Amino acid sequence: MNENPFSLWVYLAQSPLLWLTVTLSVYAVADAVSLATRRHPLANPVLHSIWIIGAFLLVTGTSYTTYFSGAQFVHFLLGPATVALAVPLYENRKVVAAAILPMLVALVVGSVAAIVSVVALAEIAGLPRVVILSLAPKSVTAGVAMGISESLHADPSLTAVSTVLTGIMGAIIVTPLMNRAGINDFRARGFAVGIAAHGIGTARAFQVDAVAGVFSGIAMGLNALVTSLLVPLAVTLLIR
Amino acid sequence: MIASLSLILLCQLIGEVIVRGLNWPMPGPVLGLMFLLLLLLARDRFALLASGPLRDGGVENASRVLLANLSLMFVPAGVGVVQKLDLLAEHGIAIIVILALSVVITLLATVATFLLVSRFMSGGEGAS
Repeated sequence: MNENPFSLWVYLAQSPLLWLTVTLSVYAVADAVSLATRRHPLANPVLHSIWIIGAFLLVTGTSYTTYFSGAQFVHFLLGPATVALAVPLYENRKVVAAAILPMLVALVVGSVAAIVSVVALAEIAGLPRVVILSLAPKSVTAGVAMGISESLHADPSLTAVSTVLTGIMGAIIVTPLMNRAGINDFRARGFAVGIAAHGIGTARAFQVDAVAGVFSGIAMGLNALVTSLLVPLAVTLLIR
Repeated sequence: MIASLSLILLCQLIGEVIVRGLNWPMPGPVLGLMFLLLLLLARDRFALLASGPLRDGGVENASRVLLANLSLMFVPAGVGVVQKLDLLAEHGIAIIVILALSVVITLLATVATFLLVSRFMSGGEGAS
């Protein structure tokens, strides 16, 4: 037997093995619970994985840097998953081509609404400038948002957090909001959640309806493009 | 599976190289997405391309596996919230309210625009 169980912990806490295992198993449980509640919006697996893992890090006194050195392998897959969006886009090219005009107009309006609303509200609330800059790209997928944040000399880790929070909120709000508004065009519903809530919204859209998922994925891809062009412009125009 | 993953990574790599090399204000993976889409479209035209990962739905299956697990990939960045607890204690309520309002505004503006334009286009022909 090991004479000092603490040294085993020290060893494990430094290796990617432990943090990968924690990330995947907590998510697997959260996802199983979400499935058991028939994908209830409030059982969002990302939300519950984050607070459980976060609490575990705080209790064990583990730094985020140590955690991320293991979990980065999962984080890395965001890039390839973005490339993979080409496949649903290709498979649904006819439905997409038929809706190209509504998509392009909604893309521009939605992107502008996402950036202007968050910057204006944050200005009204009197948040510090660096926080406002970090919130501005919150509607695009985490990897892209962090890149934009870096180029603005904002705080990329705050951007990552607000991006994920935005995605979770969008995923929770979209179904009840659209049902209440009486909107049953799943192309429009999916497109809106992809613009507002990037990949987490897209994952939610795929749970609800395949067409919604495809439109959400397209919206997320296009929004990444438009937002990376618009945020620097918006920042110079909107922030004093 | 390996060949399909390689193709996806290769698309991303080319995207990153071009974006970094030419200093384009665009994320590499988004350009990679366009490359993969062009490859799939070109495959329909040139039978020669239908080999390796582009044969028998290889790259399609690998992509489906990745996309089926998309929400997992946001967990590591989201756990970064533990680094921001002091900031959230100070401004957390404001930030959460602002993000929630912005999400609702964005959802409604986007969905309304999409529906208005598609109704305008169908011009009352009674399209579904």
